[in-house]
Amino acid sequence: MEVWHFTEMPYPDVPANGPRAVTLGSGVFDPEIGRQLYQRYFDEYMLADELGFNVMLNEHHATAGCINVAGPLSCAILARQTKNARILLLGNPIANRSDPLRVAEEMAMIDCISGGRLEVGFVRGVTNELFPSNTNPSLTYERLWDGIDLVLKAWTTHDGPFNYEGRFWHYRNANVWPRPYQQPHPPVWITGGANVENVKEVARRGYKFAAFLQPFEAVKKLFDAYRDTCAEEGLPEAGPDRFAYMPFVFTAETEKEAMVGADHLMWYIGGKSEPQFSNPTGYSTIQAVMAGLRGQSASRTAFLRQGGAPLMREKGALIVGTPDSVYNQVVEFAEKVGGLGNLLVMQQGGGMPHEDTKRSMTLFGREVLPRLKKLYTNKQARAAE
Amino acid sequence: MDVTLASSAQSVTLNGVEVAFTKRGSGAPLLLLTSEDGNETNSDFVDALVARYEVIMPEAPGFGASPDNDRITTIDDIAYLYLDLLDRMKLRDVAMVGCGLGGWIAAEIATKTCQHLRSLTLIGSYGIKIGGPYDRDIADIYVLSKGEVAKRTYADAAKAPDYAQMDEASLQIIARNRLATVRYCWEPYMHNPKLKDRLHRISVPTVVFWGDNDGIVTPDYGRALAAAIPGAQFDLVAAAGHLPHLERTDETLAKLSKFLSL
Repeated sequence: MEVWHFTEMPYPDVPANGPRAVTLGSGVFDPEIGRQLYQRYFDEYMLADELGFNVMLNEHHATAGCINVAGPLSCAILARQTKNARILLLGNPIANRSDPLRVAEEMAMIDCISGGRLEVGFVRGVTNELFPSNTNPSLTYERLWDGIDLVLKAWTTHDGPFNYEGRFWHYRNANVWPRPYQQPHPPVWITGGANVENVKEVARRGYKFAAFLQPFEAVKKLFDAYRDTCAEEGLPEAGPDRFAYMPFVFTAETEKEAMVGADHLMWYIGGKSEPQFSNPTGYSTIQAVMAGLRGQSASRTAFLRQGGAPLMREKGALIVGTPDSVYNQVVEFAEKVGGLGNLLVMQQGGGMPHEDTKRSMTLFGREVLPRLKKLYTNKQARAAE
Repeated sequence: MDVTLASSAQSVTLNGVEVAFTKRGSGAPLLLLTSEDGNETNSDFVDALVARYEVIMPEAPGFGASPDNDRITTIDDIAYLYLDLLDRMKLRDVAMVGCGLGGWIAAEIATKTCQHLRSLTLIGSYGIKIGGPYDRDIADIYVLSKGEVAKRTYADAAKAPDYAQMDEASLQIIARNRLATVRYCWEPYMHNPKLKDRLHRISVPTVVFWGDNDGIVTPDYGRALAAAIPGAQFDLVAAAGHLPHLERTDETLAKLSKFLSL
């Protein structure tokens, strides 16, 4: 099992009850606090590298929940500063980017700087992202796949300029330098929510598939759809390395300390999103539109958030405790979903101080990580303990 | 997705694109291009028109009972499609009435050709930009809260349809219309940057009706629209929001009848 440290790089010092994203003006952002936050988050990523984690970063816009507004910039910093960690950007919000070839260039450059340690995620982007980027909600799937195909074409074309006049972008002299370090290209990851058709496409392409903060039952369904697609379409069996899941994770000497960490991580859940931002027309299904018209929530995960920490723990989305307890919870989750080769651990959240984060990461790194690295190491059933 | 056609509904295929429409009443032809939600269907407004005109109400791809079509992606595409419809039906001397989004389509049609038309009526319609890059000429219905949109759409909030009580089949139609609207209208938002510059081509008598409480597109927007159309009249409907023909049906009908009989 590969384990990837993650923080969304929050700016938690905002009014507790107001909006956190889309409409919250940058007037509440203190640049000096911002400077300190960026420095400590990168220090934590450096620590992750030292401890033997891989690292994962994402990208969000116009939100206090995430001041990592340019994933490529952060990955580039880590490409130069880390030594061993694989660097996963999960992901490039390609559906919301206006220039996919720029994405191809950024990723290729980072891959070279890092010596081939980059893994490249592509995401449709969460609903909030539609508004800063002005992306048509009903075109996100088309833009996602057209964008991915174009990036792959750019990474793998080496004999000079090609022409591309597609639905959303026109390039008459597409010629991306540099080449990626990894050949034919870095491993590709896609994230997924509930859309099974999307999972099937990911399976056909052999990309890695990641689910976030969902109950184990839902995750199993998605992973099974992937595995079934491989079986049904005569593709090689999908090994555990194709599957990834992100829970909140905090490791402590005592259960009590662990729950303090859990509280900080749960800040992520607390952001109130107005219905027009969380369920925009065209992003999801017609059923979601009808739910919105009726004034109902269309969220699949609302129940999980309403259930709070106890429910999230029960469903595998909040993994906190002593090292042994954390290890057991991870193993249990992996078994429940039929195998898991990648654990994305959100080990920092909200106002969790730097010292607490370091302590948790170090405890996990020393007492849990070496054990997890022995599990699901190959395409067959997990290695015996 | 299975959508049931109303009993008076028909469907025609134009250059490979299927367009559902209803045709009710008899008399001089009136082409009614509905607002974004399409609540004109089953309204007193349309029933009154049907008593005196042959009322044709088409549904563009994605709206109502018309299937989605990959080839029709812009309001401009819909305008050409409806010109095909007018040709196919061999219609002449048509009174074209466009409401909201339907008004934008109507304006696009009329700037291309008025050959089928007798008159043009625009009610609370979108389609142009009147200000500069930083000006928000049209309220962003995708960013405002549901309550705020309702307040700006209706002078009397009680007039807003209660979607929570609507039956499944009807709500599904509204949902289709919402999905289609966002697909066609997201960017440029609710307008064609070129349209204002083309309105001078409209060569039939035109009237622009506006609710005095329209908070989606303001009366000033409506005045600018009317000012760009040669000879167009502008008239306010009192105590009405964005859909005066639905919220103040009698008042709007009185004004419309007067205009149509000229």
